[in-house]
Amino acid sequence: MPLLEVKNLHVEVEDKQILKGLTLTVEKGQVAAIMGPNGSGKSTLAYVLAGKDNYHVTEGEVLLDGESILEMAPDERAAKGVFLAFQYPVEVPGVATMTFLRTALNAQRKHRGEPEFSTPEFLKLVRETSKHLGIDQEMLRRAVNVGFSGGEKKRNEILQMAVLQPRLAVLDETDSGLDIDALKIVADGVNRLRSPERSMIVITHYQRLLNYIVPDVVHVMARGRVVKSGGKELALELEASGYAQFADEAA
Amino acid sequence: MNVDPRAMKTQAEQALSAAFAAARGTLPGKGAVATLRDDAFQRFDAKGLPHRRVEEWKYTDLRALMREAKPLAGPADAKPKGDIAPILTGVETNCIAIVNGRYEPGWSDFKASDAGVTVAELFKFLGENPGYRLGQVPGGDDPAQWLNTAFMSGGVALRIKRGTVVAKPIHIAHVFSGAGAAAMYPRSVVIVEPGAQVTLIESFSGPEGIDYQVNSALELVIGDGARVDHIKVGCDGGAALRVSTLGVAVGAKATYKDFAFTIGGAVVRNQTFVRFGGEGSEGAIDGASLLKGRQHVDNTLVISHAAGHCTSRERFKSVLDGESHGIFQGKIIVEPHAQKTDGKMMTRALLLSDEAEADNKPELEIFADDVVCGHGATAGALDEGLKFYLMSRGIPATEAEALLIQAFIGEVVEEIAHEGIRDALMFGALKWLGSRA
Repeated sequence: MPLLEVKNLHVEVEDKQILKGLTLTVEKGQVAAIMGPNGSGKSTLAYVLAGKDNYHVTEGEVLLDGESILEMAPDERAAKGVFLAFQYPVEVPGVATMTFLRTALNAQRKHRGEPEFSTPEFLKLVRETSKHLGIDQEMLRRAVNVGFSGGEKKRNEILQMAVLQPRLAVLDETDSGLDIDALKIVADGVNRLRSPERSMIVITHYQRLLNYIVPDVVHVMARGRVVKSGGKELALELEASGYAQFADEAA
Repeated sequence: MNVDPRAMKTQAEQALSAAFAAARGTLPGKGAVATLRDDAFQRFDAKGLPHRRVEEWKYTDLRALMREAKPLAGPADAKPKGDIAPILTGVETNCIAIVNGRYEPGWSDFKASDAGVTVAELFKFLGENPGYRLGQVPGGDDPAQWLNTAFMSGGVALRIKRGTVVAKPIHIAHVFSGAGAAAMYPRSVVIVEPGAQVTLIESFSGPEGIDYQVNSALELVIGDGARVDHIKVGCDGGAALRVSTLGVAVGAKATYKDFAFTIGGAVVRNQTFVRFGGEGSEGAIDGASLLKGRQHVDNTLVISHAAGHCTSRERFKSVLDGESHGIFQGKIIVEPHAQKTDGKMMTRALLLSDEAEADNKPELEIFADDVVCGHGATAGALDEGLKFYLMSRGIPATEAEALLIQAFIGEVVEEIAHEGIRDALMFGALKWLGSRA
């Protein structure tokens, strides 16, 4: 059974139809890239998977391990293993990163009926992961994302992903706003989390990120649907030819 | 003599007149104090209880909110078991108990280890120090303060001698004790001499379910180079009506930090009048309110810069649930010669229900030309984007909300320098959050 099946998904945001019959399958352990022009519905897909309010599914279904997740609150989906790395991570004044990570991890474990992490185990996990991502201890003591640079915010997303160990990670334009050095650190962090047990959806506008996070499959989205799928070479073709052809096809 | 032609006296105003006439001869203090009382009551009587057409009391219409004036509270019985201000349990203090408006050494726990600290009953102090005249701090021209002056029944005079650094916080605990509703009028004086430092807690507590009334006043005189951290903790019973007036005179190169934490009471007004009278001082007047049900809490500040080169910061946050009503009025006055004044005011209200109401009234009156002053105010619901971010990480909705509210309040509670007090108040806020769910 595939990990994720999205079937004929129609989604409205503020009475505007954004997804118009999107179908997508992600196998266990697969890294799927989703590319497409601005406005094609990539970020909407990311938010719908995570369960954001005001994204109304009017038709279709989303199955995780064959189970529909559309009726689940965002925290239940997270406990089932869904993780969204935000394109624009929000600042949470007054909540220390460490507190945030621990609260989230233990809430998920509680939901799954697992025991809470012990403090030493938790600290070890966070320390090791943050070291790889170049996140210093001072940053962990600070409020979540407050005063962080764009690159630091993206690294913090990957840190959360590493700590929460999701089964389906959706990375929404993780490359946006990153210079090449920051991009390499983030990609390296993501690659470290690749495993046969974990699937990823890497959403990006540009091929550049896919040099560092090499996908198993590439899907092209246009006008609210997947219009073409192929191997990693498809990303290179797109880089050369642009998205205009798909805009025409979908019309 | 011309008397304001005003509407017929309310039931409460009539009761206050009768109470003053009856108690006048027996209230403590003779001579100058008695004259002060008479004068204050006359001024009150001419104007009556403040109402919504009195600009300073616009949002707290005392004439409507105070339907009756309770009888004057009698002396307290013996101290019951347990802490008198439970929210501060665990904070080590020297405690001065003012019960039903009178200093009660038997309820107090004061072991003055500092030779530089003296405590005396207010009227004993005034009798022995004829040079000290009550009412020299700002805030005297106010109807609630006139009532306090007319009826003041007791309190303490606390003096921190020159250069004394007081180790433990001093806690003035105002308590209402009794089975039936009554009114209490405590008045205290705190004199912090030049170079001295003290952390002063003022708490207010009383039983649930009794509609007792408190009209308290504190005069705080801060000498040159002194530092005072004043933390006011409002934990009144849910039916109580309280008005507290704080008048502060700040000397030169002094530091004054104030924090008003309000969680209890049906109707509460904290009115704070500060005058920076010497150059180079710093002030921070902050506060946090956590309200639910039909609570009404008004924090009103008048910050007057009468000398140059002073900095003042005001930061107030309120969390409003149910049908509660939170009010902030802040006025910064910069007098003509108070150049290089730096004054900033910020208020934020977090509305947890559609029925809650927040009113903000910032005012700047600037008569000097070389100053930096500003204010900002926001009111809104919890940020859904933030809540979604937390939930997307697996944190359930109620826990996410609690974390965000805690963070919202935490930002300003952090301003309290004393760690133990800070933690105790944060813990109180957490309990409040727990009781919401």
